[in-house]
Amino acid sequence: MYNFDYLKPGSLAEAVEALKAEEAVALGGGQTLIPTLKQRLASPSVLVDLGGCLDRDVLVVRDGDCQVGGGATHAAVAASQHAPKWLRAVATGIGDPQVRNLGTIGGSLANNDPAACYPAAVLGAGATITTNARTIAADDFFRDLFETALDEGEIITAVTFPTAASTGQSAVRAANYQKFDQPASRFALVGVFVARRTDGVRVAVTGASASGVHRWGAAEAALSADFSAAAVAGLGVAPDGMLGDLHGSPEYRAHLVGVLTRRAVAACG
Amino acid sequence: MPSIVMTVNGKSVSGEVEGRTLLVQFLREDLGLTGTHVGCDTSQCGACVVLMNGDSVKACTVLAASADGAEVQTIEGMANADGSLGVIQQAFQDNHGLQCGFCTPGMVMSAADLLRHNASPSDAEIREWLEGNICRCTGYHNIVKSIQAAAASLSA
Repeated sequence: MYNFDYLKPGSLAEAVEALKAEEAVALGGGQTLIPTLKQRLASPSVLVDLGGCLDRDVLVVRDGDCQVGGGATHAAVAASQHAPKWLRAVATGIGDPQVRNLGTIGGSLANNDPAACYPAAVLGAGATITTNARTIAADDFFRDLFETALDEGEIITAVTFPTAASTGQSAVRAANYQKFDQPASRFALVGVFVARRTDGVRVAVTGASASGVHRWGAAEAALSADFSAAAVAGLGVAPDGMLGDLHGSPEYRAHLVGVLTRRAVAACG
Repeated sequence: MPSIVMTVNGKSVSGEVEGRTLLVQFLREDLGLTGTHVGCDTSQCGACVVLMNGDSVKACTVLAASADGAEVQTIEGMANADGSLGVIQQAFQDNHGLQCGFCTPGMVMSAADLLRHNASPSDAEIREWLEGNICRCTGYHNIVKSIQAAAASLSA
């Protein structure tokens, strides 16, 4: 690891200020960033540890939406009584217990790894990402491989999942995430998140596309008309643009997208 | 260089570290607590697991500076006050839960975290919890047995 200066600001304002330095990088739980630094794939001048300034709680807000603080660990979400069951299940499946004790939702989303679990849940549920500067809809947040709508130095402070079933707004009524584990990395070889919302069905796929997490429109249309595994059984997924590596070819991943979508629908009930 | 202060195995310690110094380096090289092992150095194997503020973490993937102010427990802090083996350590010895012993400190610390959350874990829960701890000798069966035995002793 190249050396860097280390700062741990006590407030969000100080963190925003510190991130204005040339080559400054934000540190969440470090479970991706520290391995990246060890491989010398990044060489920040200063690392700004957000551990001292981000909210770590999981709360029920407004009319029942679930708001997760940007610094909430996967373990905190997995154990929270305020998080819906499907969100707890997503958090429980990330990494291993020690990774879950440190890794944060804000860090995972800002990194936007093409095989990470949270991007699928956030995009599939239609969550909202709040930063120090603005709120961003999930549909506008994920841009490409490791690329998001975040500006330089912008910090994710919270993620709000629409779970307020009592309001007139669109909300998630039921959801399920199916992950086909890549056993060495514990990332998703392919993962599919299906959300049954009051305004229709959303399907988000991670681990498959070379441009990162994305929605599967054809499956959403079919499931909005008929929410059953049979409704998506005939839908083919083209392997074009899918990731291919020694763990799975583009064709294999395309096949898994269909299989996992059907499993998620069946588990959704 | 950041100055850090933390409590390790009940004792207050301090030091000057570089930004890039890992918690595991600080424990081993600055404090001489070499019971915490570095296996893979890529947060896969779990040989470096310690408790930080009660939660198990991989000390190879935590900056020492981030642990400033924390309460850290390592394998050296698991023995009884008279130097005899602690309950989990003794259970590993009794049940042949180790062979070469390299992964054992991490296994014991992970087990300590599990038993704090779940006083009588099932076989399946133990195996799932050990996802981030790799052992190349035992085939895990006796590690699972050891943790079950420790759970029984602790709740007896």
